[in-house]
Amino acid sequence: MTRAEAEDFLYHEAALLDAWQLDEWLALLTEDARYLVPSNDAPEGDPASTLYTIADDIHRIRGRVTRLKDPNAHVEFPHSRTRRMISNVRVIEAGGDVQVEANFVVHRFRRNEQVSQFVGRYRYTLRNVAGKTRIARREAILDAQELGSLGAVSFIL
Amino acid sequence: MDDAQFVINDPQALDFRVHRAAMVEPAVLAREMRRIFDVCWIYAGHESEVREPGDFVTRTLCGRPVILCRDSAGALRVFLNVCRHRGAVVCRERQGNAKGYHCFYHGWSYDRDGRLDGVPGQSSYPASFDRAQLGLASPPHVDSYRGFVFVSFDPQAQPLHGYLAGAKEYLDLVVDQSPTGEMEIVRGTQEYAIRANWKLLVENSFDDYHLMSTHKTWLDYMKSSGVQIPKPPKGHVMPAHGVGKALGNGHAVIDNENFRGRPVAKWIPVYGEDAKPEIERIRAEVFARLGEERGRRVCDTNRNLVIFPNLVVNDGSSVTIRTFHPTAPDRMEVTAWALGPKGESPQARAVRLDSFLTFYGPGGFATPDDVEALESVQQGMQAWREIPWSVMTRGIDKQGEQLNTDELHLREFWIHWDRYMQGAGP
Repeated sequence: MTRAEAEDFLYHEAALLDAWQLDEWLALLTEDARYLVPSNDAPEGDPASTLYTIADDIHRIRGRVTRLKDPNAHVEFPHSRTRRMISNVRVIEAGGDVQVEANFVVHRFRRNEQVSQFVGRYRYTLRNVAGKTRIARREAILDAQELGSLGAVSFIL
Repeated sequence: MDDAQFVINDPQALDFRVHRAAMVEPAVLAREMRRIFDVCWIYAGHESEVREPGDFVTRTLCGRPVILCRDSAGALRVFLNVCRHRGAVVCRERQGNAKGYHCFYHGWSYDRDGRLDGVPGQSSYPASFDRAQLGLASPPHVDSYRGFVFVSFDPQAQPLHGYLAGAKEYLDLVVDQSPTGEMEIVRGTQEYAIRANWKLLVENSFDDYHLMSTHKTWLDYMKSSGVQIPKPPKGHVMPAHGVGKALGNGHAVIDNENFRGRPVAKWIPVYGEDAKPEIERIRAEVFARLGEERGRRVCDTNRNLVIFPNLVVNDGSSVTIRTFHPTAPDRMEVTAWALGPKGESPQARAVRLDSFLTFYGPGGFATPDDVEALESVQQGMQAWREIPWSVMTRGIDKQGEQLNTDELHLREFWIHWDRYMQGAGP
C-alpha cells in the first residue's frame, strides 16, 4: 500500500464518521476488528492488564454503533458535530497486514458553545480482505495528559 | 448565606427538599471547602499505588498538591508537595521512584523521608535557621483502612476508623474478594471533568432510580449479549431487589442482588464461554474461604458505596474507585481507577477490565450518559430562583426497608452535608 492509498482510505473513513454513517463505517472493519483508546496516563499498554478508556472487540464495536444510533444514547443525542483533520500519514509496514500511523485533530461541537479538540495519533492495522482494504485494528492515542475538560470519548474517535 | 436554609427535612410532614442554590452559589462552595473538605477524612489513594521505598504518585486533594509515597523504610507517607522555602511544588512528575524531592526554583532538596537535606548557600541564613524544622509537611492526619489511604486536614479530626463507621463493613466486602486479603489498583487512570456540581455525582453514584431510564442502551446491549434481565416486579423499577442503607456519619450504600454479572464471581454470557471455568473456579475459592453465606454476599450482590464526602466505591460490573473534587460550583474533576485482587489470574483480570469498560468510564456505555444527565441538571439549576427546591422524598413514608430506588441514602448524604455546613460536625 502506498501512502496515497492509505490517505485515501483514512479520508474516506473520516468522512463516514463525520457524517455519522456508522453502518457504512462498520462495513470497513474485519470480523475480528478491535477499537482501542488507551487511558491518557498509560498510552502503551495491553487492555488485558491495563485500564483503557475504550477496548472494544467487534461485538462491542457493533454494540457501540447500535447504541450511538439510538436516541437513548443521551450523551450523543442530538449527535455532536465532528470534523476530523488527518495528517502525517505514514505507512510503517507494507507487507501482509499494513501498519499505518497518522496524526489527528478531531473537533467536536455541541450546543451552547461546547467545543473541544481531541488531538493525538492513530495506529491502524489494515488488511486486504477479498481485494478490499479493511480495518483489523484501530487505536486512537490521545496526547492530552488527562481527558480533563474533553470529558468523555462518547463518539467514535 | 448565613440564614439560608438548604435542606428541609421534616419527616412528620413527609417532606424532604434540597435547595438548588446549593449547586450554583460560589459562597456555598467556599463554605464547603472550609467546613467539609478541610474537616472530613478525604481519600488520598491506595497503598498498592506505591510499593517500594521511593515510589511516589502526585495528585491534588482539596486544592492542595500532595505526594503519596513510600519513605526509605517503606512506610507509607503523604507529604504536601510544597517547598518550605517559597512554596513551589517539589515533585512535578505524575509517578515514579525518587531518591528524594528537589525544588528547582532555588535548589532546596528533601530526602525520601521528607527531611531537608540540601540548601544552597546555607551560610547566608542566620544561626537560628534550623533544617530539622523545615522538612516537607504532612496533613495533620494520615491513616488507612485495608489499603484505602485517607488524610484529614483538620488537626481535631476523629480517628479514621470511627469516622468510617458502617462503611468499613462494605469495604470489607470488597477486599474479601481477594484470596490474599489484598486488592490493587490496576494501571491506567481515568481523569475527566464534569460541568456540574460535585454533589450531583454523589447522588448519581448510588441512585438506582435513574438506571432504567438513563442507561436503556446499556441494558439493551446486555440483553442482546445474552444476559437475562428480569422484568421488574409490579410497582418496581429495577430488575432485581436492592436496598438503600445509611451507614453513619453521612456514608450510605445501595446493596443489590446481582443481575449484571461479577468478575468475582458470577459468570454472564458477555464474559465469553472461555472465561466460564475461571469465573467458576474463583467463585468456588471464595465460597470455600468465606463459607456459603458470606460467599453469596461477596459474589452475588452489587454495592455502590459513598463515603462522605467524595469517595465512591462501586462494586458492580467491576470494582471502581472514584473520587472527585470541585473546582467551581459547576465543575468537578473526577479520578477513577479499577481495583482488583492482588495476584488475580491474567484471564480473570482481562474479564474484570472488559466488564469495567462496558459500563464504567468516559468510553463506557453508561457513565457518559450519567455525565450528560448531571450536566443537564446543572443547566436546569440556573432557574433556581424560579424553581428553588428539588424533591427527595422517595420512600420517606415507609417503615423499615428502603429500596435502592428510594432516596433514603441520598437524604442521608444531604442531612450530614447540612450539619457540616452549619459547623455541627457529622
